[in-house]
Amino acid sequence: MTTRLKLAVWKFASCDGCQLQILDCEDELLVLAEVVDIAYFKEATRHEDPGPYDLSLVEGSITTAHDAERIRQVRAQSRILVTIGACATSGGIQALKNFDDVAVYKSIVYATPAYVSSLATSTPIADHVTVDYAIPGCPIDKTMLLRFLSALLAGRKPDIPTHTACVACKHSGVACLMVRGIPCMGPVTRAGCDALCPKFARGCFGCFGPSETANVDALIAQWREMGVDEATIMRAFHTFQAWAPPFRQVGDVVKSQTSPSRGASQGQGRQGHD
Amino acid sequence: MSNRRHILNADAFDQLFDALRDAGYTTVGPTLHDGAIVYDALTCAADLPVGWIDVQEAGRYAVQDTGSGRYFDYTVGPHTWKRFLRPPREPLFEAIRSGAGVAFHAAAAPEETYALMGVRACDLAALGVLDAVLTGQTYVDTRYATRRSRAFVVAVQCARAGNTCFCVSMNTGPRASAGFDLALTELKDAGRHVFVVEVGSPRGATIAAALGLRDSTEEDWAAARAVSAATAANMGRQLDTTGLVSLLQQEAENPLWNDIAQRCLACANCTMVCPTCFCTTVEIDSDLEQTRASHTQVSDSCFHASFTQMHGGPPVRDTTSARYRQWLTHKLSTWHDQFGHSGCVGCGRCVTWCPVGIDLTAEAARLRASHEERA
Repeated sequence: MTTRLKLAVWKFASCDGCQLQILDCEDELLVLAEVVDIAYFKEATRHEDPGPYDLSLVEGSITTAHDAERIRQVRAQSRILVTIGACATSGGIQALKNFDDVAVYKSIVYATPAYVSSLATSTPIADHVTVDYAIPGCPIDKTMLLRFLSALLAGRKPDIPTHTACVACKHSGVACLMVRGIPCMGPVTRAGCDALCPKFARGCFGCFGPSETANVDALIAQWREMGVDEATIMRAFHTFQAWAPPFRQVGDVVKSQTSPSRGASQGQGRQGHD
Repeated sequence: MSNRRHILNADAFDQLFDALRDAGYTTVGPTLHDGAIVYDALTCAADLPVGWIDVQEAGRYAVQDTGSGRYFDYTVGPHTWKRFLRPPREPLFEAIRSGAGVAFHAAAAPEETYALMGVRACDLAALGVLDAVLTGQTYVDTRYATRRSRAFVVAVQCARAGNTCFCVSMNTGPRASAGFDLALTELKDAGRHVFVVEVGSPRGATIAAALGLRDSTEEDWAAARAVSAATAANMGRQLDTTGLVSLLQQEAENPLWNDIAQRCLACANCTMVCPTCFCTTVEIDSDLEQTRASHTQVSDSCFHASFTQMHGGPPVRDTTSARYRQWLTHKLSTWHDQFGHSGCVGCGRCVTWCPVGIDLTAEAARLRASHEERA
């Protein structure tokens, strides 16, 4: 009855954490290996079968000219291409370089900057090729990945939530951290982690990226009311999902809305992201 | 009449917990957890947040220990009784492949038998609203109906009004007069600490008979009434409902909806903490081998894009403005058209638990002012 999908897992600029989530599906791994043909997955095995592939899971962002070409080849060999994780979906934490001059960093970090051949930007896979589905998260949630694969195998539309992380807090019975004075990115962050941090009274870090209607301006206005300083606001939004709109624009929001009455040094109450 | 009102000494309060346990109930009610008064399992009176109060404002919540020794001086918190009677995730059925066919198995009937300890008048009204929606229509939510009909309700007559409370405006409180099995009014002064116990049902009478109660006096009853009168006089919020049903429908195109949307996070918190919001979606799961599939009812929100997503186009309500308007007008206006009463009970949770403090009573008042300005 089942369709045995030929699977490839690709790595671009990334930390491998999302690929490790696949290997972390310990209880399901044997079944997974039965229902899909793992044809290319270097994190798991040096064995490789040539394409084409039914399903390509792509981890990582594009930071080199070489990778910009390689993703085209991956796309050409893949029936369905799915980005896994923040790097592939929105450029990752390495997209912080998009806001700055990479040549300066190169000159500071490397003894011979000329040896480094990289693009000035870190960009999501969808900037280069057509992406069929995007699984968010830094890293991805293995349960979401398994649900995605199960849906695909059954020929059902995968259900990848785009609403806010707040829903998971409410389902779990977590009393809203924001309302209790702890800054939290949950109201602008999409669900998928099952409120991992808020369950431990830590404000959401936004690992899963912007929710479908992320009203970043409104959240920032409230954070300011709570006494969060501008530098902390910038840092909170410019992490794993820095290049994902509208988090990308937070630098402009912070600059344009800074006023003398809202000083930058009332850092009290910022317990979530210190 | 007098035999339906009694006095229970506060130092014998555990007798009620014991009697409920002996009768087979799992008692759930307010308890302090992680800086908030939530609803969870209770085994004895000491599990209640004794001496604690909550301090609420739009988008703000904190708890304080007053050392008063009183059991019920807080109002309502982040949880609602939906959590127990209609949990956010409910299994519906499983389909299991067997040979050439598929066998369908309905989810097992719920087995929980709850005693809800400390139900306030607003929340009692909310249960009435849910009863009408989930059991009073053509299609009955049988899992809710099962748990609801079994649930033993211990109401508590509020002795404090919170800053976001407006039950008086919604005509739902602060005094519950029906719909409970037992109702408690806490009286504490220098001389004594007692509960005036009202019996509201035969089931309540059975439990009451197991307690060491004595008859209440007219003075006790007057004191209990005075508690409610004082609470009613101290509502933190009010909502003018005069003509509101038609007013809101006439203001569908008011630019104020866009103004609210500028501040609204569309996070869905208001709908999730609302004791009457009932919307759900269905989540489908299957195993990797495709031998089993399951359908689960999951609480949903009109603030989600998927809520009005239809085939081949953007959601019907494609903006936060449209979604907030839907939520507020349904709660305060079209709910009347649909079910014959308000969908709002004045508990104030949506005001307190909005992360940016959007206040339904203030927004309704602004819409009214805008309406009257043009009239």
